[in-house]
Amino acid sequence: MPRSRYARVALLVAAVVAVQLATEWGGKPFFLTQLTMSAYYTLVAVGLSLLMGFAGQISLGHAAFFAIGGYGSALLTTLDLSPARGSAAVSLLARTGLLAARTDLSGAEALSVAPWPAFACAIALAAAVAWIVGVPVLKLKGHYLAMATLGFGTIVHSVVLGTQRLGAADGLGGVPAFRLLPGLAVGGGRAARVENYYVAWGLVALAMLVLGNLVESRVGRALRAIHGAEDAAGSMGVDVGRYKLRTFVLSAVLAAAGGAFLTHLTGGIGPGEASVMKSVRYVAIVAVGGMGSLWGTLATSATLEFVSLRGWFGTLDDAAFAVVLLFVMLFSPDGLLRLDLPAALRAARGRLSPGPDAETEP
Amino acid sequence: MSVALALQYLVAGLTYGTIYAVVGVGFNIIYNATGIINFAQGEFVMVGGMTAVTLHAFLPLPAAIAGAVLVTMALGALVEVTFIRWLGRPSVLRMIVITIGVSILIREVALHVWGEQVRALPYFTGDEVTALELGGVRVSPQVLWSLGTCLAIVAALWFFFRRTTLGREMRACAANRDAAALCGLSTRNLVTLSFVLSAGIGALAGCVVSPITYTSYSIGAGLALKGFTVAVLGGLGGSGAAVAAGFVVGILESASVAVLPAAYKDAVAVAVLLAILFLRPSGLFGSREAERLRAS
Amino acid sequence: MSLLEIAGVSKRFGGLQAVKDVAFRVEKGAIKAVIGPNGAGKTTLFHLVSGVLAPDAGEVRLRGQAIQGRPTHEIAAQGLSRTFQHIRLFAGMTALENAMVGAHVAGRAGFLAGMLHLPWTWREERALRERAREALDLVGVLPLADQDATRLSYGQQRAVELARALAGGPELLLLDEPAAGLNMRETAGLARLLGRIRDRGVTLLVVEHDMSLVMNVSDEVVVLSYGEKIADAAPREVQRDPHVVQVYLGEDAC
Repeated sequence: MPRSRYARVALLVAAVVAVQLATEWGGKPFFLTQLTMSAYYTLVAVGLSLLMGFAGQISLGHAAFFAIGGYGSALLTTLDLSPARGSAAVSLLARTGLLAARTDLSGAEALSVAPWPAFACAIALAAAVAWIVGVPVLKLKGHYLAMATLGFGTIVHSVVLGTQRLGAADGLGGVPAFRLLPGLAVGGGRAARVENYYVAWGLVALAMLVLGNLVESRVGRALRAIHGAEDAAGSMGVDVGRYKLRTFVLSAVLAAAGGAFLTHLTGGIGPGEASVMKSVRYVAIVAVGGMGSLWGTLATSATLEFVSLRGWFGTLDDAAFAVVLLFVMLFSPDGLLRLDLPAALRAARGRLSPGPDAETEP
Repeated sequence: MSVALALQYLVAGLTYGTIYAVVGVGFNIIYNATGIINFAQGEFVMVGGMTAVTLHAFLPLPAAIAGAVLVTMALGALVEVTFIRWLGRPSVLRMIVITIGVSILIREVALHVWGEQVRALPYFTGDEVTALELGGVRVSPQVLWSLGTCLAIVAALWFFFRRTTLGREMRACAANRDAAALCGLSTRNLVTLSFVLSAGIGALAGCVVSPITYTSYSIGAGLALKGFTVAVLGGLGGSGAAVAAGFVVGILESASVAVLPAAYKDAVAVAVLLAILFLRPSGLFGSREAERLRAS
Repeated sequence: MSLLEIAGVSKRFGGLQAVKDVAFRVEKGAIKAVIGPNGAGKTTLFHLVSGVLAPDAGEVRLRGQAIQGRPTHEIAAQGLSRTFQHIRLFAGMTALENAMVGAHVAGRAGFLAGMLHLPWTWREERALRERAREALDLVGVLPLADQDATRLSYGQQRAVELARALAGGPELLLLDEPAAGLNMRETAGLARLLGRIRDRGVTLLVVEHDMSLVMNVSDEVVVLSYGEKIADAAPREVQRDPHVVQVYLGEDAC
């Protein structure tokens, strides 16, 4: 791997183009659909990697932010405001261009919030929720932090599942395509497959560039310091609470963006996206990719999510994630790339033999 | 809300509270011995209940339950030996992720063995319509079975930890692992025993409440979260506090149905957990132990 | 006005009165030592000054401004830096990166500027790196700049920690037992180093066990015993103080 983040992003772009050409020539253009979807899950994973690997804070509730982004966008872009067309508020919104006319699933005229403002609202909501939840939660440590974030995820899941307005168990559908720029849309079905693929991976490349910049900056250094020794970081002038909170909000925003884009891409979102199992999968991906390695997370996420979305794990999907997770955590807790199996086995044998307990990990 | 209805909620709350309490006690046992919060705790309850249902097809009920408890205890030992024993003293983050992985693995295996179907053991006494009149409230005998089992478990644990050599050794191991090892105790085997114990009581509780609450492959995660709530509410300490906390959470949860949509029921226990973590981390009944841990 | 003024500071942990009504001043440009037997409350006093702990009573004033109970990072931003009794280097980071975190207070690039890699942050990064290298050079470990800090030898780790505390350009530096674990030759080097640091205009407050170091380098010595101040004078006078001698050598010595 090249050391410079720009070279790495360039390599990513090259790989993205190569994969597209390979699917084209290999006669498997339909692979792009799952590759595109895996890009949006990867946005969640790299954001979580920043939080877990750099700031050292676990979150077992990141699927909730993905869901907030997705449901927020879906709700606003499908909520029909045409019955209220006459009201002052709606007509004002319509005049400012924040609303868009569309035909709904049954073919009737409908008036809803346009994707851009809906996206902005969904992201703002996710950021606000992350901030409100983060203030108390990030004061916790270890098991308590894990359980509190898991609890937060559970609450969002039950709310989504139990609210008729959000489609309950069916979720929301009929979400229109999201025109980012003229000629660049997220969604639009099979015809726009190549376009969608490049938009998705372009967004991932952008995120990698921005996060790569961040981890190499003064802030990134401070985050690693917090991970290493929180009290000492504070004594060096690092505002530990504020940095943790901002990282949490940033990773929540990335997750929400992934959720919003994926919802526009597939035209809908279901409550499964908010489930605890989803959150655990993101944690698994970060763990397998190597804590503190954005690029390892990217590679792991793209691969595992693609394989999972293609259905190659069959009914063993969750089990496969669990096995990979356990394997890496048992034998190579710093990520799959740093696996040293002989050493791990030697260490295991040493610890199993009678004698004083092994040293505590740092 | 009428008094009768309120009492009905109370009874339902106590029933669910039983299982939360036992899961919470299970958390405590393993936590005290190892400092690990075992996220797979709820799976023991699930495996116990499901195994008992399967065994009951060709065994009488008491034998099926005994068999299920033994199977689950063996599973507890297997989990400890396979995933925990040889790790030395791993970081908290690593241990969280490993026990979560174990819980998913157990759940997925259960899904493939038993399918998605919801199951239950038959009522121990009478059937689902049998009821005892207790002060104007109709109580299923199974509720009494559950409460009785829960109290019996707590009493048995108390006796075990206070009055038997093995129990005292486990307490020594919990208080100071290194000192216990220096005194010649096999701390590793005592840790395994803590998993076996907590799997066993979870399985037993899973059997006893299954006629009322039903069981399926997926109940583990929810139980783990609620059991953890109970353990924290009880201050991660003794069994008595955990049982009291279990009843509190069970009753709060069943009472919430009166004011909130039933779909939000699961969120209530979690809200309790978050509230305790933020406001009173040492638990309602707890010592300062939890506080120390939270800060360390 | 003294640079640091500690006025009537007390701290209790449960039944233990760790620090009791301690008061003293540290003048700008001085090297002041805090000594005392184990458990005298020296490290607690440091935690109270640097903001790790909040005192139950009393005031800590930096340049006349009360700072007690403020968060550590705010106090650090006011120009107070410290090292730790047990080395607290950042794992997985090089010696240079550790020192650059020490220079954190001298920068201002936040999340947005960092993510966008704005041109002014390049200059700031260069400046922070320069400061960090200078600090590493001052303590004599510049050749180790690119090594993983926590893999260095004990003495080198102590030096990196000192460099980290210096890199932010503090006005007041708190050192918690800087000579712990050092041999005689290293301790002598440390004494010279403390002198050089003082010559750069940094005021020093040092908790130390090594009497030769304390008597050699410090201008004034505060003696604590069971959380109380029993002496505050020049090294020669403290050495002759019968009360101090009694505390250090036991009742029979008198």
